[in-house]
Amino acid sequence: MINQVYRLVSPRQFEVTYNDESLQTDYVVVRPTHLSICAADQRYYTGTRGKQTMAKKLPMALIHEGIGKVVYDAKGEFKTGTPVVMVPNIPTEEDDIIAENYLRSSKFRSSGYDGFMQDYVFLKRDRLVQLPEDMSPHVAAFIELITITMHALVRFEQKAHSRRDTFGVWGDGNLGFISALILKKRYPNSKIYLFGKTKYKMEHFSFIDEAYNIDEIPEDVRIDHAFECAGGKGSQDAINQIIDYIHPEGSIAILGVSEYPVEINTRMILEKGLTVIGSSRSGKADFVNTVEFMKEIPEVVEYLELLVGSVHEVRTIQDIIDAFEKDLTTSWGKTIMEWKI
Amino acid sequence: MIYAEILAGGKGTRMGNINMPKQFLTLNNKPIIIHTIEKFILNDRFDKILVVSPKEWIIHTKDIIKKYIAGDDRIVVVEGGKDRNDSIMSGINYIEKSFGLNDDDVIVTHDSVRPFLTHRIIEENIDSALEYRAVDTVIEAIDTIIESTDGEIISNIPVRSSMYQGQTPQSFNIKMLVDHYHSLSDEQKNILTDACKICALKGENVKLVKGEVFNIKVTTPYDLKVANAIIQESIGR
Repeated sequence: MINQVYRLVSPRQFEVTYNDESLQTDYVVVRPTHLSICAADQRYYTGTRGKQTMAKKLPMALIHEGIGKVVYDAKGEFKTGTPVVMVPNIPTEEDDIIAENYLRSSKFRSSGYDGFMQDYVFLKRDRLVQLPEDMSPHVAAFIELITITMHALVRFEQKAHSRRDTFGVWGDGNLGFISALILKKRYPNSKIYLFGKTKYKMEHFSFIDEAYNIDEIPEDVRIDHAFECAGGKGSQDAINQIIDYIHPEGSIAILGVSEYPVEINTRMILEKGLTVIGSSRSGKADFVNTVEFMKEIPEVVEYLELLVGSVHEVRTIQDIIDAFEKDLTTSWGKTIMEWKI
Repeated sequence: MIYAEILAGGKGTRMGNINMPKQFLTLNNKPIIIHTIEKFILNDRFDKILVVSPKEWIIHTKDIIKKYIAGDDRIVVVEGGKDRNDSIMSGINYIEKSFGLNDDDVIVTHDSVRPFLTHRIIEENIDSALEYRAVDTVIEAIDTIIESTDGEIISNIPVRSSMYQGQTPQSFNIKMLVDHYHSLSDEQKNILTDACKICALKGENVKLVKGEVFNIKVTTPYDLKVANAIIQESIGR
Protein backbone atom coordinates (compact mmCIF):
# COMPACT_ATOMS: atom_id res chain seq x y z
CA MET A 1 0.00 0.00 0.00
CA ILE A 2 1.17 3.48 -0.77
CA ASN A 3 1.04 5.54 2.39
CA GLN A 4 0.99 9.32 2.28
CA VAL A 5 3.37 10.93 4.77
CA TYR A 6 3.07 14.69 5.32
CA ARG A 7 6.58 15.90 6.02
CA LEU A 8 8.01 19.24 6.99
CA VAL A 9 10.69 19.93 4.38
CA SER A 10 11.75 23.40 5.49
CA PRO A 11 10.33 25.95 7.94
CA ARG A 12 6.59 26.44 7.37
CA GLN A 13 6.60 24.12 4.34
CA PHE A 14 4.98 20.68 4.25
CA GLU A 15 5.09 18.24 1.37
CA VAL A 16 3.43 14.91 0.81
CA THR A 17 5.69 11.91 0.29
CA TYR A 18 4.79 8.31 -0.40
CA ASN A 19 5.96 5.22 1.43
CA ASP A 20 5.27 1.71 0.24
CA GLU A 21 4.08 -0.34 3.22
CA SER A 22 3.02 -3.94 3.56
CA LEU A 23 -0.03 -4.93 5.57
CA GLN A 24 1.19 -8.47 6.13
CA THR A 25 3.67 -7.72 8.89
CA ASP A 26 3.72 -7.71 12.66
CA TYR A 27 2.88 -4.00 12.62
CA VAL A 28 -0.56 -2.74 13.55
CA VAL A 29 -2.02 -0.14 11.19
CA VAL A 30 -3.66 2.85 12.83
CA ARG A 31 -5.60 5.64 11.20
CA PRO A 32 -4.82 8.83 13.16
CA THR A 33 -7.98 10.70 14.16
CA HIS A 34 -6.87 13.48 16.52
CA LEU A 35 -3.40 15.00 16.67
CA SER A 36 -2.10 17.61 19.07
CA ILE A 37 0.64 20.17 18.40
CA CYS A 38 3.55 20.32 20.86
CA ALA A 39 6.01 23.17 21.41
CA ALA A 40 8.73 20.83 20.12
CA ASP A 41 6.86 20.53 16.79
CA GLN A 42 6.65 24.31 16.65
CA ARG A 43 10.40 24.62 17.05
CA TYR A 44 10.78 22.61 13.84
CA TYR A 45 7.88 24.31 12.07
CA THR A 46 9.23 27.79 12.72
CA GLY A 47 12.85 26.72 12.16
CA THR A 48 14.06 27.76 15.61
CA ARG A 49 15.87 24.45 16.15
CA GLY A 50 18.99 25.83 14.49
CA LYS A 51 20.33 25.22 11.02
CA GLN A 52 22.33 22.08 11.76
CA THR A 53 19.50 20.29 13.57
CA MET A 54 17.04 21.26 10.85
CA ALA A 55 19.35 19.98 8.12
CA LYS A 56 19.89 16.73 9.98
CA LYS A 57 16.28 15.97 10.89
CA LEU A 58 14.23 17.24 7.95
CA PRO A 59 12.35 16.18 5.94
CA MET A 60 10.28 14.62 8.70
CA ALA A 61 6.62 14.17 9.63
CA LEU A 62 5.85 16.15 12.79
CA ILE A 63 3.55 15.36 15.75
CA HIS A 64 4.11 12.90 18.56
CA GLU A 65 0.86 13.46 20.45
CA GLY A 66 -2.09 11.67 18.96
CA ILE A 67 -4.77 9.04 18.98
CA GLY A 68 -6.35 6.94 16.29
CA LYS A 69 -8.23 3.77 15.59
CA VAL A 70 -6.91 0.40 14.56
CA VAL A 71 -7.70 -0.34 10.92
CA TYR A 72 -5.64 -3.46 10.35
CA ASP A 73 -3.87 -6.07 12.42
CA ALA A 74 -2.63 -9.06 10.48
CA LYS A 75 -2.44 -11.05 13.72
CA GLY A 76 -5.99 -10.15 14.65
CA GLU A 77 -5.16 -9.22 18.24
CA PHE A 78 -6.48 -5.68 17.92
CA LYS A 79 -10.04 -5.48 16.70
CA THR A 80 -10.66 -3.10 13.81
CA GLY A 81 -12.05 0.15 15.15
CA THR A 82 -10.35 -0.07 18.55
CA PRO A 83 -9.51 3.46 19.76
CA VAL A 84 -5.87 3.72 20.78
CA VAL A 85 -3.29 6.21 21.92
CA MET A 86 0.00 5.94 20.02
CA VAL A 87 3.32 5.78 21.87
CA PRO A 88 5.95 7.92 20.09
CA ASN A 89 9.01 6.39 21.76
CA ILE A 90 10.47 3.46 19.83
CA PRO A 91 13.01 1.43 21.82
CA THR A 92 15.38 -0.81 19.89
CA GLU A 93 16.83 -2.66 22.90
CA GLU A 94 15.96 -3.50 26.51
CA ASP A 95 17.86 -2.53 29.62
CA ASP A 96 17.26 -3.60 33.23
CA ILE A 97 18.20 -0.21 34.67
CA ILE A 98 17.73 2.41 32.01
CA ALA A 99 14.13 3.16 31.01
CA GLU A 100 13.19 2.99 27.32
CA ASN A 101 12.91 6.75 26.98
CA TYR A 102 16.49 7.28 28.18
CA LEU A 103 18.20 4.66 26.03
CA ARG A 104 20.28 6.55 23.51
CA SER A 105 19.38 3.93 20.90
CA SER A 106 15.65 4.65 21.14
CA LYS A 107 13.95 6.56 18.37
CA PHE A 108 11.36 9.21 18.96
CA ARG A 109 8.67 10.28 16.55
CA SER A 110 8.86 13.84 15.25
CA SER A 111 12.45 14.03 16.43
CA GLY A 112 14.53 12.45 13.69
CA TYR A 113 11.85 9.85 12.94
CA ASP A 114 8.53 10.36 11.15
CA GLY A 115 5.73 11.49 13.46
CA PHE A 116 2.01 10.85 13.21
CA MET A 117 1.16 13.19 10.29
CA GLN A 118 0.50 10.30 7.92
CA ASP A 119 -2.45 8.71 6.16
CA TYR A 120 -1.84 5.59 8.24
CA VAL A 121 0.69 4.94 10.99
CA PHE A 122 2.39 1.55 11.18
CA LEU A 123 3.20 0.74 14.81
CA LYS A 124 4.77 -2.16 16.63
CA ARG A 125 2.01 -3.80 18.64
CA ASP A 126 3.50 -2.78 21.98
CA ARG A 127 3.33 0.90 20.94
CA LEU A 128 -0.46 1.10 21.34
CA VAL A 129 -2.59 1.52 24.41
CA GLN A 130 -6.31 0.96 24.14
CA LEU A 131 -8.59 3.85 25.11
CA PRO A 132 -12.10 3.70 26.54
CA GLU A 133 -14.70 4.38 23.84
CA ASP A 134 -16.21 7.29 25.71
CA MET A 135 -13.08 9.32 26.48
CA SER A 136 -13.08 12.82 24.99
CA PRO A 137 -10.92 12.52 21.85
CA HIS A 138 -9.78 16.14 22.15
CA VAL A 139 -8.33 15.45 25.59
CA ALA A 140 -7.05 12.00 24.64
CA ALA A 141 -5.17 13.61 21.75
CA PHE A 142 -2.66 15.08 24.19
CA ILE A 143 -2.31 12.08 26.52
CA GLU A 144 1.35 11.99 25.56
CA LEU A 145 1.81 15.32 27.32
CA ILE A 146 0.06 13.94 30.41
CA THR A 147 2.41 10.95 30.38
CA ILE A 148 5.32 13.39 30.76
CA THR A 149 3.95 14.40 34.15
CA MET A 150 3.04 10.82 35.01
CA HIS A 151 6.56 9.70 34.18
CA ALA A 152 8.14 12.51 36.23
CA LEU A 153 5.84 11.59 39.13
CA VAL A 154 6.87 7.94 39.06
CA ARG A 155 10.53 8.97 39.15
CA PHE A 156 9.84 11.48 41.90
CA GLU A 157 8.15 8.79 44.01
CA GLN A 158 11.15 6.51 43.62
CA LYS A 159 13.70 9.14 44.58
CA ALA A 160 12.16 11.78 46.87
CA HIS A 161 11.84 11.60 50.68
CA SER A 162 8.46 10.71 52.07
CA ARG A 163 7.30 14.01 53.59
CA ARG A 164 4.92 15.32 50.95
CA ASP A 165 2.86 17.99 52.71
CA THR A 166 3.44 20.78 50.23
CA PHE A 167 4.25 20.80 46.54
CA GLY A 168 5.20 23.77 44.41
CA VAL A 169 4.53 23.81 40.67
CA TRP A 170 6.37 26.47 38.68
CA GLY A 171 4.79 27.36 35.34
CA ASP A 172 1.23 28.35 34.44
CA GLY A 173 1.17 26.77 30.97
CA ASN A 174 -0.17 23.45 29.74
CA LEU A 175 2.38 21.27 31.50
CA GLY A 176 2.05 23.26 34.74
CA PHE A 177 -1.72 22.78 34.63
CA ILE A 178 -1.43 19.05 34.05
CA SER A 179 1.25 18.59 36.72
CA ALA A 180 -0.63 20.59 39.36
CA LEU A 181 -3.83 18.67 38.57
CA ILE A 182 -2.25 15.24 38.73
CA LEU A 183 -0.39 16.09 41.95
CA LYS A 184 -3.64 17.29 43.54
CA LYS A 185 -5.47 14.11 42.56
CA ARG A 186 -2.58 11.86 43.55
CA TYR A 187 -2.01 13.63 46.89
CA PRO A 188 -5.40 15.01 47.84
CA ASN A 189 -4.23 15.77 51.39
CA SER A 190 -1.17 17.71 50.30
CA LYS A 191 -1.10 21.42 49.60
CA ILE A 192 -0.39 22.29 45.96
CA TYR A 193 0.96 25.78 45.32
CA LEU A 194 1.18 27.29 41.87
CA PHE A 195 3.91 29.77 41.01
CA GLY A 196 3.10 31.60 37.80
CA LYS A 197 3.22 34.99 36.20
CA THR A 198 0.16 35.39 33.97
CA LYS A 199 -2.97 36.18 35.92
CA TYR A 200 -5.58 34.93 33.47
CA LYS A 201 -3.74 31.66 32.99
CA MET A 202 -3.43 31.14 36.74
CA GLU A 203 -7.17 31.63 37.10
CA HIS A 204 -7.73 28.34 35.29
CA PHE A 205 -6.12 26.46 38.20
CA SER A 206 -9.28 26.26 40.30
CA PHE A 207 -8.24 23.04 42.07
CA ILE A 208 -5.01 24.22 43.74
CA ASP A 209 -4.57 25.45 47.30
CA GLU A 210 -2.74 28.69 46.61
CA ALA A 211 -1.44 30.60 43.60
CA TYR A 212 1.50 32.98 43.83
CA ASN A 213 2.77 35.47 41.31
CA ILE A 214 6.48 34.78 40.98
CA ASP A 215 7.25 38.44 41.64
CA GLU A 216 5.22 38.57 44.86
CA ILE A 217 5.95 35.41 46.78
CA PRO A 218 5.60 35.91 50.55
CA GLU A 219 8.90 35.37 52.37
CA ASP A 220 7.58 32.60 54.60
CA VAL A 221 6.28 30.30 51.88
CA ARG A 222 8.02 26.92 51.94
CA ILE A 223 7.52 23.71 50.00
CA ASP A 224 8.69 20.13 50.46
CA HIS A 225 9.14 19.39 46.76
CA ALA A 226 8.87 21.20 43.47
CA PHE A 227 7.95 20.54 39.84
CA GLU A 228 9.48 22.91 37.33
CA CYS A 229 7.23 23.25 34.28
CA ALA A 230 8.41 26.59 32.94
CA GLY A 231 10.92 25.56 30.29
CA GLY A 232 12.82 27.80 27.90
CA LYS A 233 14.56 30.87 29.28
CA GLY A 234 12.17 30.94 32.21
CA SER A 235 13.47 27.68 33.60
CA GLN A 236 16.60 29.39 34.97
CA ASP A 237 14.63 31.81 37.15
CA ALA A 238 12.16 29.10 38.07
CA ILE A 239 14.81 26.64 39.24
CA ASN A 240 16.66 29.31 41.22
CA GLN A 241 13.44 30.44 42.85
CA ILE A 242 12.64 26.83 43.75
CA ILE A 243 16.07 26.49 45.35
CA ASP A 244 15.25 29.56 47.48
CA TYR A 245 11.82 28.40 48.68
CA ILE A 246 12.26 24.65 49.05
CA HIS A 247 12.93 22.98 52.40
CA PRO A 248 16.33 21.27 52.77
CA GLU A 249 16.51 17.73 51.41
CA GLY A 250 13.64 18.39 49.05
CA SER A 251 13.45 17.17 45.47
CA ILE A 252 13.15 19.29 42.37
CA ALA A 253 11.68 17.57 39.31
CA ILE A 254 12.71 19.42 36.19
CA LEU A 255 10.30 18.96 33.28
CA GLY A 256 10.74 22.11 31.22
CA VAL A 257 12.91 21.85 28.13
CA SER A 258 15.37 24.65 27.42
CA GLU A 259 17.12 25.11 24.11
CA TYR A 260 20.16 26.67 25.86
CA PRO A 261 22.09 25.75 29.03
CA VAL A 262 20.81 27.58 32.12
CA GLU A 263 22.74 28.76 35.16
CA ILE A 264 21.54 27.45 38.49
CA ASN A 265 22.59 28.10 42.06
CA THR A 266 24.50 24.91 42.75
CA ARG A 267 25.91 26.32 46.01
CA MET A 268 22.44 26.26 47.58
CA ILE A 269 21.66 22.87 46.07
CA LEU A 270 24.69 21.60 47.99
CA GLU A 271 23.93 23.53 51.19
CA LYS A 272 20.33 22.35 51.29
CA GLY A 273 21.16 18.82 50.17
CA LEU A 274 18.62 18.98 47.39
CA THR A 275 17.87 16.27 44.86
CA VAL A 276 17.37 17.34 41.27
CA ILE A 277 15.45 14.82 39.20
CA GLY A 278 15.59 15.20 35.47
CA SER A 279 13.00 13.56 33.31
CA SER A 280 12.22 13.57 29.66
CA ARG A 281 9.56 12.05 27.48
CA SER A 282 7.91 8.83 28.61
CA GLY A 283 7.54 5.13 27.82
CA LYS A 284 4.79 2.62 27.23
CA ALA A 285 4.27 1.99 30.97
CA ASP A 286 3.56 5.68 31.51
CA PHE A 287 0.85 5.58 28.84
CA VAL A 288 -0.77 2.59 30.53
CA ASN A 289 -0.61 4.34 33.92
CA THR A 290 -1.99 7.57 32.52
CA VAL A 291 -4.95 5.95 30.76
CA GLU A 292 -5.75 3.99 33.95
CA PHE A 293 -5.50 7.18 36.02
CA MET A 294 -7.90 8.98 33.67
CA LYS A 295 -10.32 6.06 33.78
CA GLU A 296 -10.22 5.88 37.58
CA ILE A 297 -10.70 9.61 38.11
CA PRO A 298 -13.00 10.85 35.33
CA GLU A 299 -12.88 14.30 36.91
CA VAL A 300 -9.32 14.60 35.62
CA VAL A 301 -10.61 14.42 32.04
CA GLU A 302 -13.21 17.09 32.86
CA TYR A 303 -10.50 19.44 34.13
CA LEU A 304 -8.32 18.69 31.14
CA GLU A 305 -11.11 19.78 28.79
CA LEU A 306 -10.10 23.29 29.85
CA LEU A 307 -6.80 22.74 28.05
CA VAL A 308 -8.43 22.16 24.65
CA GLY A 309 -7.53 25.52 23.12
CA SER A 310 -8.69 25.21 19.54
CA VAL A 311 -9.79 22.39 17.28
CA HIS A 312 -9.03 22.41 13.56
CA GLU A 313 -10.44 20.12 10.92
CA VAL A 314 -7.55 19.19 8.63
CA ARG A 315 -8.29 18.07 5.08
CA THR A 316 -5.45 19.74 3.17
CA ILE A 317 -1.84 20.76 3.69
CA GLN A 318 -3.05 24.37 3.93
CA ASP A 319 -5.25 23.32 6.87
CA ILE A 320 -2.13 21.93 8.59
CA ILE A 321 -0.35 25.25 8.12
CA ASP A 322 -3.39 27.15 9.41
CA ALA A 323 -3.47 24.97 12.54
CA PHE A 324 0.24 25.52 13.24
CA GLU A 325 -0.06 29.27 12.66
CA LYS A 326 -3.10 29.51 14.91
CA ASP A 327 -1.26 27.56 17.58
CA LEU A 328 1.58 30.10 17.48
CA THR A 329 -0.79 32.91 18.35
CA THR A 330 -2.64 30.99 21.04
CA SER A 331 -1.49 31.70 24.55
CA TRP A 332 -3.54 29.11 26.41
CA GLY A 333 -4.32 25.49 25.71
CA LYS A 334 -3.52 22.85 23.15
CA THR A 335 -4.22 23.01 19.44
CA ILE A 336 -5.91 19.85 18.22
CA MET A 337 -6.12 18.72 14.61
CA GLU A 338 -9.04 16.53 13.62
CA TRP A 339 -7.14 14.48 11.08
CA LYS A 340 -9.35 14.14 8.00
CA ILE A 341 -6.69 14.52 5.34
CA MET B 1 -24.54 -1.21 2.92
CA ILE B 2 -21.47 0.46 1.58
CA TYR B 3 -19.63 -1.26 -1.26
CA ALA B 4 -16.33 -0.64 -2.99
CA GLU B 5 -15.85 -1.68 -6.58
CA ILE B 6 -12.37 -1.70 -8.02
CA LEU B 7 -12.48 -1.66 -11.78
CA ALA B 8 -9.77 -3.76 -13.34
CA GLY B 9 -11.51 -4.48 -16.59
CA GLY B 10 -8.89 -2.91 -18.84
CA LYS B 11 -6.45 -4.93 -20.87
CA GLY B 12 -3.78 -2.26 -20.93
CA THR B 13 -3.47 -1.49 -24.60
CA ARG B 14 -2.02 1.94 -23.85
CA MET B 15 0.89 0.38 -21.99
CA GLY B 16 2.40 -0.76 -25.27
CA ASN B 17 3.66 -4.19 -26.07
CA ILE B 18 3.27 -5.96 -22.77
CA ASN B 19 1.78 -9.31 -22.04
CA MET B 20 -0.31 -8.32 -19.04
CA PRO B 21 -3.06 -5.81 -18.30
CA LYS B 22 -1.59 -2.71 -16.68
CA GLN B 23 -3.18 -3.32 -13.27
CA PHE B 24 -0.87 -6.31 -12.78
CA LEU B 25 2.36 -4.45 -13.50
CA THR B 26 4.43 -3.93 -10.41
CA LEU B 27 4.99 -0.77 -8.49
CA ASN B 28 7.90 -1.25 -6.12
CA ASN B 29 7.65 -5.04 -6.56
CA LYS B 30 3.93 -5.33 -5.90
CA PRO B 31 1.12 -5.37 -8.50
CA ILE B 32 -0.53 -1.96 -8.81
CA ILE B 33 -3.97 -3.45 -8.18
CA ILE B 34 -2.81 -4.81 -4.81
CA HIS B 35 -1.67 -1.35 -3.70
CA THR B 36 -5.13 -0.08 -4.64
CA ILE B 37 -7.09 -2.88 -2.94
CA GLU B 38 -5.06 -2.37 0.25
CA LYS B 39 -6.22 1.25 0.53
CA PHE B 40 -9.82 0.02 0.50
CA ILE B 41 -9.15 -2.73 3.02
CA LEU B 42 -8.01 -0.09 5.52
CA ASN B 43 -11.45 1.50 5.48
CA ASP B 44 -13.76 -0.43 7.78
CA ARG B 45 -16.92 1.24 6.46
CA PHE B 46 -16.96 -1.06 3.43
CA ASP B 47 -19.09 -4.16 3.78
CA LYS B 48 -17.76 -5.73 0.58
CA ILE B 49 -14.93 -4.89 -1.76
CA LEU B 50 -15.61 -6.10 -5.31
CA VAL B 51 -12.74 -6.45 -7.73
CA VAL B 52 -13.94 -6.57 -11.32
CA SER B 53 -11.59 -8.41 -13.63
CA PRO B 54 -11.61 -9.52 -17.29
CA LYS B 55 -12.76 -13.14 -17.45
CA GLU B 56 -9.39 -14.55 -18.51
CA TRP B 57 -7.59 -12.79 -15.64
CA ILE B 58 -9.91 -13.80 -12.79
CA ILE B 59 -7.77 -16.66 -11.58
CA HIS B 60 -4.63 -14.56 -11.72
CA THR B 61 -6.36 -11.76 -9.79
CA LYS B 62 -7.51 -14.21 -7.13
CA ASP B 63 -4.02 -15.68 -6.87
CA ILE B 64 -2.24 -12.40 -6.33
CA ILE B 65 -4.85 -11.28 -3.79
CA LYS B 66 -4.23 -14.51 -1.93
CA LYS B 67 -0.49 -14.03 -2.18
CA TYR B 68 -0.27 -10.41 -1.04
CA ILE B 69 -3.38 -9.99 1.09
CA ALA B 70 -4.04 -12.64 3.66
CA GLY B 71 -7.62 -13.26 4.61
CA ASP B 72 -10.09 -10.45 4.22
CA ASP B 73 -13.44 -12.02 3.55
CA ARG B 74 -14.82 -8.73 2.26
CA ILE B 75 -12.96 -9.12 -1.05
CA VAL B 76 -14.82 -10.73 -3.96
CA VAL B 77 -13.54 -11.06 -7.53
CA VAL B 78 -16.26 -10.58 -10.14
CA GLU B 79 -16.17 -10.96 -13.91
CA GLY B 80 -16.24 -7.65 -15.79
CA GLY B 81 -18.41 -6.55 -18.70
CA LYS B 82 -17.78 -5.29 -22.21
CA ASP B 83 -17.11 -1.69 -21.20
CA ARG B 84 -16.68 0.41 -18.09
CA ASN B 85 -20.36 0.86 -17.23
CA ASP B 86 -21.13 -2.74 -18.06
CA SER B 87 -18.40 -3.75 -15.61
CA ILE B 88 -19.87 -1.51 -12.90
CA MET B 89 -23.21 -3.21 -13.55
CA SER B 90 -21.63 -6.68 -13.30
CA GLY B 91 -20.56 -5.78 -9.80
CA ILE B 92 -23.98 -4.42 -8.96
CA ASN B 93 -25.64 -7.58 -10.35
CA TYR B 94 -23.45 -9.61 -8.02
CA ILE B 95 -24.52 -7.44 -5.10
CA GLU B 96 -28.18 -7.74 -6.03
CA LYS B 97 -27.98 -11.51 -6.28
CA SER B 98 -25.96 -12.00 -3.12
CA PHE B 99 -27.35 -9.39 -0.75
CA GLY B 100 -30.29 -7.68 -2.45
CA LEU B 101 -30.48 -3.94 -3.02
CA ASN B 102 -31.56 -1.45 -0.38
CA ASP B 103 -32.59 2.15 -1.02
CA ASP B 104 -29.60 3.63 0.75
CA ASP B 105 -26.89 1.28 -0.56
CA VAL B 106 -23.95 3.12 -2.09
CA ILE B 107 -21.03 2.01 -4.20
CA VAL B 108 -17.60 3.63 -4.47
CA THR B 109 -16.13 2.74 -7.87
CA HIS B 110 -12.42 3.21 -8.46
CA ASP B 111 -9.83 2.59 -11.16
CA SER B 112 -7.55 -0.26 -10.15
CA VAL B 113 -4.61 1.70 -11.60
CA ARG B 114 -4.99 4.70 -9.27
CA PRO B 115 -3.09 3.40 -6.24
CA PHE B 116 -2.24 6.82 -4.78
CA LEU B 117 -5.69 7.72 -3.48
CA THR B 118 -5.98 8.75 0.14
CA HIS B 119 -8.12 7.97 3.15
CA ARG B 120 -9.74 11.41 2.82
CA ILE B 121 -10.79 10.87 -0.79
CA ILE B 122 -12.47 7.57 0.09
CA GLU B 123 -14.16 9.00 3.20
CA GLU B 124 -15.50 12.03 1.35
CA ASN B 125 -16.78 9.81 -1.45
CA ILE B 126 -18.72 7.67 1.01
CA ASP B 127 -20.10 10.66 2.93
CA SER B 128 -21.09 12.54 -0.23
CA ALA B 129 -22.62 9.46 -1.89
CA LEU B 130 -24.84 9.00 1.16
CA GLU B 131 -25.82 12.66 1.08
CA TYR B 132 -25.94 13.57 -2.65
CA ARG B 133 -26.41 10.15 -4.35
CA ALA B 134 -23.76 10.82 -7.04
CA VAL B 135 -20.13 11.85 -6.60
CA ASP B 136 -17.19 12.54 -8.88
CA THR B 137 -13.60 13.07 -7.74
CA VAL B 138 -11.92 15.95 -9.55
CA ILE B 139 -8.98 18.30 -9.49
CA GLU B 140 -8.98 21.82 -10.83
CA ALA B 141 -7.76 21.89 -14.43
CA ILE B 142 -4.08 22.69 -14.51
CA ASP B 143 -3.64 23.20 -18.23
CA THR B 144 -6.05 25.20 -20.32
CA ILE B 145 -8.62 22.88 -21.86
CA ILE B 146 -8.99 23.23 -25.61
CA GLU B 147 -12.02 21.89 -27.41
CA SER B 148 -11.79 20.89 -31.03
CA THR B 149 -14.53 18.94 -32.66
CA ASP B 150 -12.54 18.06 -35.79
CA GLY B 151 -9.09 17.73 -34.23
CA GLU B 152 -7.74 20.41 -36.54
CA ILE B 153 -9.10 23.75 -35.42
CA ILE B 154 -10.14 25.12 -32.05
CA SER B 155 -13.86 25.19 -31.66
CA ASN B 156 -13.89 26.48 -28.09
CA ILE B 157 -11.65 27.38 -25.15
CA PRO B 158 -13.67 27.06 -21.97
CA VAL B 159 -12.88 29.31 -19.00
CA ARG B 160 -10.22 27.40 -17.09
CA SER B 161 -11.45 28.38 -13.63
CA SER B 162 -14.61 26.36 -14.13
CA MET B 163 -12.84 23.36 -15.69
CA TYR B 164 -11.94 20.26 -13.71
CA GLN B 165 -10.21 17.02 -14.54
CA GLY B 166 -12.05 13.87 -13.61
CA GLN B 167 -10.37 11.22 -11.50
CA THR B 168 -11.88 8.38 -9.52
CA PRO B 169 -13.48 7.27 -7.25
CA GLN B 170 -16.94 7.91 -8.62
CA SER B 171 -19.64 6.96 -6.17
CA PHE B 172 -23.33 6.37 -6.45
CA ASN B 173 -26.51 5.44 -4.74
CA ILE B 174 -26.84 2.03 -6.35
CA LYS B 175 -30.56 2.03 -7.07
CA MET B 176 -30.39 5.49 -8.63
CA LEU B 177 -27.54 4.45 -10.93
CA VAL B 178 -29.26 1.23 -11.97
CA ASP B 179 -32.50 3.04 -12.78
CA HIS B 180 -30.76 5.63 -14.93
CA TYR B 181 -28.58 3.08 -16.68
CA HIS B 182 -31.48 0.87 -17.62
CA SER B 183 -33.39 3.81 -19.03
CA LEU B 184 -30.70 4.31 -21.69
CA SER B 185 -30.98 2.91 -25.21
CA ASP B 186 -28.16 0.62 -26.41
CA GLU B 187 -26.89 3.44 -28.56
CA GLN B 188 -26.78 5.84 -25.61
CA LYS B 189 -25.01 3.20 -23.54
CA ASN B 190 -22.26 3.08 -26.16
CA ILE B 191 -21.76 6.84 -26.12
CA LEU B 192 -22.15 7.51 -22.41
CA THR B 193 -19.06 5.76 -21.06
CA ASP B 194 -18.89 7.83 -17.88
CA ALA B 195 -21.33 6.88 -15.13
CA CYS B 196 -21.27 10.40 -13.65
CA LYS B 197 -22.25 11.80 -17.03
CA ILE B 198 -25.27 9.50 -17.11
CA CYS B 199 -26.32 10.82 -13.69
CA ALA B 200 -25.77 14.44 -14.67
CA LEU B 201 -27.74 14.03 -17.91
CA LYS B 202 -30.56 12.45 -15.96
CA GLY B 203 -30.76 15.51 -13.76
CA GLU B 204 -28.88 14.32 -10.68
CA ASN B 205 -26.72 16.79 -8.77
CA VAL B 206 -23.30 15.13 -8.96
CA LYS B 207 -21.25 16.32 -6.00
CA LEU B 208 -17.56 17.13 -6.53
CA VAL B 209 -14.99 15.70 -4.14
CA LYS B 210 -11.53 17.20 -4.29
CA GLY B 211 -9.01 14.72 -5.67
CA GLU B 212 -5.25 15.07 -5.55
CA VAL B 213 -2.77 15.88 -8.31
CA PHE B 214 -0.88 12.76 -7.29
CA ASN B 215 -3.94 10.51 -7.62
CA ILE B 216 -2.65 9.58 -11.05
CA LYS B 217 -3.87 6.85 -13.33
CA VAL B 218 -1.01 4.56 -14.23
CA THR B 219 -1.83 3.98 -17.88
CA THR B 220 1.29 4.56 -19.92
CA PRO B 221 4.92 3.46 -19.48
CA TYR B 222 5.63 7.09 -18.58
CA ASP B 223 3.08 6.97 -15.72
CA LEU B 224 4.64 3.78 -14.40
CA LYS B 225 8.05 5.45 -14.39
CA VAL B 226 6.66 8.46 -12.54
CA ALA B 227 4.83 6.26 -10.03
CA ASN B 228 7.94 4.21 -9.30
CA ALA B 229 10.05 7.34 -9.01
CA ILE B 230 7.86 9.03 -6.43
CA ILE B 231 7.83 5.93 -4.26
CA GLN B 232 11.57 5.36 -4.57
CA GLU B 233 12.18 8.96 -3.54
CA SER B 234 10.81 8.24 -0.08
CA ILE B 235 12.49 4.92 0.55
CA GLY B 236 15.18 4.81 3.17
CA ARG B 237 13.47 6.74 5.92
